[in-house]
Amino acid sequence: MVDVVQAEAELRPVQLVAPDGEPVGDPTRRAEVPTETLHRIYETMVVTRELDEEFVNLQRQGQLALFPSCRGQEAAQVGCAVALRDDDWLFPQYRELGAFLVRGITPAAVGAMWRGTHHGGLGFTERCCAPISIPIGTQALHAVGAAMAARLLGEDTVTVAFVGDGATSEGDVHEAMNLAAVQDAPCIFYVQNNQWAISVPLSEQMRAPSIAHKAVGYGMPGMRVDGNDALACRAVVQEAVARARAGYGPTLIEAVTYRMGPHTTSDDPTRYRSDDEVKVWAMLDPITRFRSYLERTGRWEPEIEDRARVRSMTMRTELRDAIFDAPDPSVLELFDQVFAQPSPALLEQREFLARELAAEG
Amino acid sequence: MPAMTMVEAINAGLRDAMTDDERVLVFGEDVGRQGGVFRVTDGLQRDFGTKRCFDTPLAESAIVGAAVGLALRGMRPVPELQFDGFTYPAFDQMFSHLAKYRNRTQGAVSMPVTIRVPSFGGIGAAEHHSESIETYLVHTAGLKVVVPSTPADAYSLLRESIESDDPVVFLEPKRRYWIRADVKPGARTEPIGRAVVRRAGADVTVVTYGGLVGTALEAADAAAEDHGWDLEVIDLRSLVPLDFATVAGSVAKTGHCIVMHEAPRTLGMGAEIAARVHEELFYDLEAPVLRCTGFDTPYPPARLEKAWLPGVDRLLDTVERSFSYDHA
Repeated sequence: MVDVVQAEAELRPVQLVAPDGEPVGDPTRRAEVPTETLHRIYETMVVTRELDEEFVNLQRQGQLALFPSCRGQEAAQVGCAVALRDDDWLFPQYRELGAFLVRGITPAAVGAMWRGTHHGGLGFTERCCAPISIPIGTQALHAVGAAMAARLLGEDTVTVAFVGDGATSEGDVHEAMNLAAVQDAPCIFYVQNNQWAISVPLSEQMRAPSIAHKAVGYGMPGMRVDGNDALACRAVVQEAVARARAGYGPTLIEAVTYRMGPHTTSDDPTRYRSDDEVKVWAMLDPITRFRSYLERTGRWEPEIEDRARVRSMTMRTELRDAIFDAPDPSVLELFDQVFAQPSPALLEQREFLARELAAEG
Repeated sequence: MPAMTMVEAINAGLRDAMTDDERVLVFGEDVGRQGGVFRVTDGLQRDFGTKRCFDTPLAESAIVGAAVGLALRGMRPVPELQFDGFTYPAFDQMFSHLAKYRNRTQGAVSMPVTIRVPSFGGIGAAEHHSESIETYLVHTAGLKVVVPSTPADAYSLLRESIESDDPVVFLEPKRRYWIRADVKPGARTEPIGRAVVRRAGADVTVVTYGGLVGTALEAADAAAEDHGWDLEVIDLRSLVPLDFATVAGSVAKTGHCIVMHEAPRTLGMGAEIAARVHEELFYDLEAPVLRCTGFDTPYPPARLEKAWLPGVDRLLDTVERSFSYDHA
């Protein structure tokens, strides 16, 4: 049931839907996915892409300081997140819009981060999701600690650390995987291998045959999955979750995908990668593939598309309304969020800034 | 009242905290089976089990990073970083996450984590085992920094730290580990953020903390006996929050202030305290605030540390220098 990486021959990513939408691979992994779930996956992927566009537009209009597009990674994110319960904790990096939407985090809550009004996003922890985290791979350790806590609390919840291919070079990700293995922590290391860490390709990031291979070194199962195949992503995460809930510890999953856009709105990918490469991946588009699969298996209904479009339009509007010219919070709030109670020095500095602001009128 | 070493007092503090609150977890390198390289966690694993007190892989960033995740889910982690010089790999987790989590969640998430660090020099240790890391910590918004100097304070301030909803770095002066003093079982001294006047005096205020409190008191006795100088010795006990009111009250009285620490001089606590004293007590001063500190070099090898560390003689010289301004 679990694809423990033992040899290069086993490295082909798990795939349940071919790029043309044809069902392939192990049919048991496709079985019993309720039609309702299939429709939810499709709809969320469409909404993710539409909102991603809206975020980029807002950045271009000067409403956001920055935005990291997740275009091309919708299946990897949505497929993973729908395999989880709402009380399983997510530990995102910063590109996981698809997972945030599955969790019910509003685009406006995400936008607060990128507009530059609030670090970390707004209200993420109410949805069992850690705040957006910029330092690469550091959140993997938080996922392990939270997984250890889940066991101490007697829960059967799991945690998911979202990291990228570049993060696997970071010491913290190594320390996290090792600690999780030693602790049998119910933690899933979900690596979206989107091939590029800003401008550095995976081939310059490591010499391992695959990211999933690294699992062997930690003594945990490693799985590779086609990250543009939402159904396959959901299936492998489900298997890892089942193992973790049953007390069998962590799993490393490598979702092989592609970052279709720039690293962020500040990046120009034409400086380091070819259009031809991007065109190849465009043909593997996760949303088109999923729709073809639904059509081929007789589960497509035109209303799905209508629903997805309406929801996208509504959420784009909501996002624009929330973000466009949104007022800044008071800078004085900063002083209240350093300690549970501000220290005398902070009170004094808060007062100083308040006077300065008052004088400016 | 039983006499206890600081090691025994900290052990008692951990033990009582674990007894009172099952969310308190002790972990780190060698803290479980062995009971810690200084035996501070002796017997905790035996008495509280491997779920509450456990050894981790040898990975300092992991120790603090896991503490962040544990605290996010409601635990009260009390990790140990084995030596001051081994805290640097954990700085990213301490500075980028532990210190900022409250801010990054708009106040929604607290990080009640107490990181214990055997700290400072003076015990003839190997390289990387005698560092003063407090300036890095004090300069990082969101961390409390506590430095006890007596067994009673070590017990009490550790309990306060563990109960605090803020992250605390608890710097234990190794050279005071084996000092024996009376500790009233279970007794609290004062909350975090209160300095204490260890010796009242009229002539000069000596502000210090941790391992040098004993040195300052020794110097005060010598000064009284040999020169008739009356030193007031303030033990800061916590560097963040800083009890500046106690310092100011003393300096207003003496007009002379010396700050003493092992840490290199540049941008150490002495720089901050001197700046604030000059800003707020300018007209009370008879002399500029002086510093009696370590030097801007790497910490020296064991055989050289006595010459390098601020001791009784350097402090007395500094006092004399302070007085030299009086009738200039």
